[in-house]
Amino acid sequence: MAPVLEIQDLHVSYRSGEGDFHAALAGVSFGLMPGEILGVLGESGSGKSTLAVSLLRLLPGNAKILRGTVHFEGQDLLQAKPEELRQIRGRRISLIFQEPSLALHPTMRASEQVRQVLAAHGASGKNALTERTRQVFAEVFPEEADRIARSYPHQLSGGQRQRVLIAQAIACGPAVVIADEPTASLDPATQMEILGVFRTLREKLGLAMIFITHNPALFSGFADRVLVLYGGRVAELGPAAAVLASPCHPYTKALFASLPAVFDERGSVRGKRLSVIPGDSSPSSLPREGCCFEPRCTERMDICKEREPSLVNLNGSHTVSCFKYEG
Amino acid sequence: MRYLLRRIGHAFFLLVGVSLLAFLFTALAPGTYLDEMRLNPQIAPETVLALRAQYGLDKPLPVRYVSWLNSVVHGEMGFSFAYNSPVAPLLLVRARNTLLLTITATLLAWAIALPLGVWSAERLGRLPERLLSWGTAALLVVPDLALALGLLLFAVKSGWFPSGGMASLDIEILSPLNKLRDLAWHMVLPVTALVLTALPLLVRHVRAAIADVLRTPFLLAAVGHGIPRRTLLYRYALPAAANPLISLFGFSVGSLLSGSLLIEVVMSWPGLGPLLLEAILSRDLYVVVGGILFSTIFLVGGNFLADLLLYWADPRIRTESGPR
Amino acid sequence: MKVEASSSGHDMQPLLKVENLVKRYAKRTLADGRADMPALNGVSFSILPGTTLAVVGESGSGKSTLAACLACLESPTTGSIWYAGKDLVNLEERARREVRPQLQLIFQDPASSLNPRWSVFKVLVEPLMLQRSLTREERNWRTSSLLERVGLSPDIVARPPTELSGGQRQRLAIARALALEPKLLILDEALSALDCSVQALIANLLMELQSSLGMTYVFITHDLAMAAYLADEIAVMDRGRIVEQGPADRIVKHPQHEATRQLLAAVPRITRPPLPAVEQ
Repeated sequence: MAPVLEIQDLHVSYRSGEGDFHAALAGVSFGLMPGEILGVLGESGSGKSTLAVSLLRLLPGNAKILRGTVHFEGQDLLQAKPEELRQIRGRRISLIFQEPSLALHPTMRASEQVRQVLAAHGASGKNALTERTRQVFAEVFPEEADRIARSYPHQLSGGQRQRVLIAQAIACGPAVVIADEPTASLDPATQMEILGVFRTLREKLGLAMIFITHNPALFSGFADRVLVLYGGRVAELGPAAAVLASPCHPYTKALFASLPAVFDERGSVRGKRLSVIPGDSSPSSLPREGCCFEPRCTERMDICKEREPSLVNLNGSHTVSCFKYEG
Repeated sequence: MRYLLRRIGHAFFLLVGVSLLAFLFTALAPGTYLDEMRLNPQIAPETVLALRAQYGLDKPLPVRYVSWLNSVVHGEMGFSFAYNSPVAPLLLVRARNTLLLTITATLLAWAIALPLGVWSAERLGRLPERLLSWGTAALLVVPDLALALGLLLFAVKSGWFPSGGMASLDIEILSPLNKLRDLAWHMVLPVTALVLTALPLLVRHVRAAIADVLRTPFLLAAVGHGIPRRTLLYRYALPAAANPLISLFGFSVGSLLSGSLLIEVVMSWPGLGPLLLEAILSRDLYVVVGGILFSTIFLVGGNFLADLLLYWADPRIRTESGPR
Repeated sequence: MKVEASSSGHDMQPLLKVENLVKRYAKRTLADGRADMPALNGVSFSILPGTTLAVVGESGSGKSTLAACLACLESPTTGSIWYAGKDLVNLEERARREVRPQLQLIFQDPASSLNPRWSVFKVLVEPLMLQRSLTREERNWRTSSLLERVGLSPDIVARPPTELSGGQRQRLAIARALALEPKLLILDEALSALDCSVQALIANLLMELQSSLGMTYVFITHDLAMAAYLADEIAVMDRGRIVEQGPADRIVKHPQHEATRQLLAAVPRITRPPLPAVEQ
């Protein structure tokens, strides 16, 4: 089966105020299969948000795509003309931004905001639009769909706003949905609800999803594959169960180890220090040569300072970029 | 509803207060209307005294104020010494003339400023926008007087436009259509002057408000949804930028009667401005107070209108927040 | 619900004691019928010095209102807050000004609680300026020792907070809170907005500070797993009331109340082990 979205060797840099470039993505490649949920795990500075916006070329003025291709439905999105791109955004590939309270227009009703997306992509006729909007809301809000549709964003809770964003994203029946930290500002119960909404939609509509978050625990029982992003590069990519249960890359291992694991401990964990990843995670401290995780890696070797590791295939579907597994 | 009544109540007290202050300042200012006459040796002092009594100028201030209030209630708003008539009809005619100019100019200025502001907000920092920015800055710097005189000069030199006034000499014998044409012809220059003086500030404000909105996450999200450019600007950006612009609009409405004084005087337009100026110079007390009162009504009304518009346009003010 | 002498063996007076706290917000429109339910509906607990109480609950359970009341940012409608034996709610102005610095609040979002136009140094020195008794050298010395204490390198002093990472900003917020030498820190979802690995760092810092300075914490969160590491006691809130309270370990391993069990079930785990046994 061919991937529905294929990213090859994507390099994106930002120009800082002083004029020098710093790389946010330094050679990211992966494919998204139809109907799969790919979880992208990345902390701040890993390039995850850059990844989300660069696929649809929504980068700010000071960012530059240096090289790479993004293949979708027979064309390279990075070379597409502006009108072609506009037709793809929201209709074939949708992006759900972070922070639902900021991503919605403050003085437009929820139904209007979804309706605009539909109207932008050819659905015509007032009645057809109204009907389709109603359908979309019923899809995402099992109860109270009408009341929420008539509300303004400031009248809705965080979880409800997130669902409106989801409604906007699926309104035109896209093939791919990219969600950037969709549950970051929500409390755990609402997080679970939203994950449930995504799962249902995936089953019903067969859409493929890229789910970006910094919390690995969200992938459990949800994502099909997990991609770990560090320093703008792919550290590890594999089936979710494999990556979560037995992570290979030292960064992934260290990250999982730093999570509170109260249920695995027999006694009390009170006062127990959590294990941390040593060193600085800021983008400016990334080394210029060699493996980008090397300064903080507890399993580093000499070769790690000299060259960048390439992706090693462990067992067909699980790949790691680490010298430990080479040769 | 209660809010509305409260605002109207406030407005009323404000107007009473303003009228009192205006009355006080004008009456306390040195000199009275009759001073010129007193200096004139051909008029007997008794005549002056008699006139004083007739005009009520010899009564104490509070008494005069109360009788003026009484006159307001009866729709006359006092008596003009210079024109020898009740103040109200005088003010109304002049106010109408002024509004003719200012309403046209305000509508035109906003109609130009909005698209221009949106256009420059989109191209912020690029050369065409920078040129426009310098242009508006230059316009802002030029004194209104210089602008008006410049236009007058142009009128005189080219002969294309009348050099002042509101009507040609032969206005009475023209057909209704030609009367309108004549009016429009006379309006061109003063309206141009008013628009040019108002435009720079409006354009800059619109540009700033829209530029702010263009940077917001929800606008980027809308771009991400493939919303076409036109819709983005006029259906997303402009409404979101409405709040500061509505306040500005209220200001525009508020200065409908008071903002054109200079232009009117320079271009001999028979509006409220020249009347007020004349009245102040000749101490025509009740005209001054009446004129100030009229302007204040518009100012308060403009503010009120802005508040109403804001209430209607921004659902966040209108409705309560929902669950957190 | 009082805390018995904890395992630290100290038999002392509670540092903070809250009794029947009720907070009702005034209805703003006639249409806002929902505002009938008070945000806090009779909350009581006490905390021994040097220990941590975690207050967990869903959003809307009232925990942020509780934080605001404890930090004296809001006054409760009824009920009392006793700090070191003093009644905070009814304290007179001068006494309150003395007590206030001892209770510090750390927010979830460090970005919005730090002035973006100030440098790191200014942020830290500002609370110190309020203590007029310090000389300039003493202030500078204190500022650098504060930075050291929270693990921030001294060469960031000139930068504005916007150039710091989330973890660094939170450290800065902690340092600023420490400047006034508080006895009680109220942490309102202080870790929630941080990356996972950074949460571990800050959690360790907080534990470190508690053992070296003897601080008392009120740790408000919805992350029960993290609460188990930082807290001696956990109080579970639901709709303005405390529905379950007890030693952290017991709450996490043997929850009784439905709300607690829901919170536990909602804690995402990497590998899904069986849920803790539910007592009948």
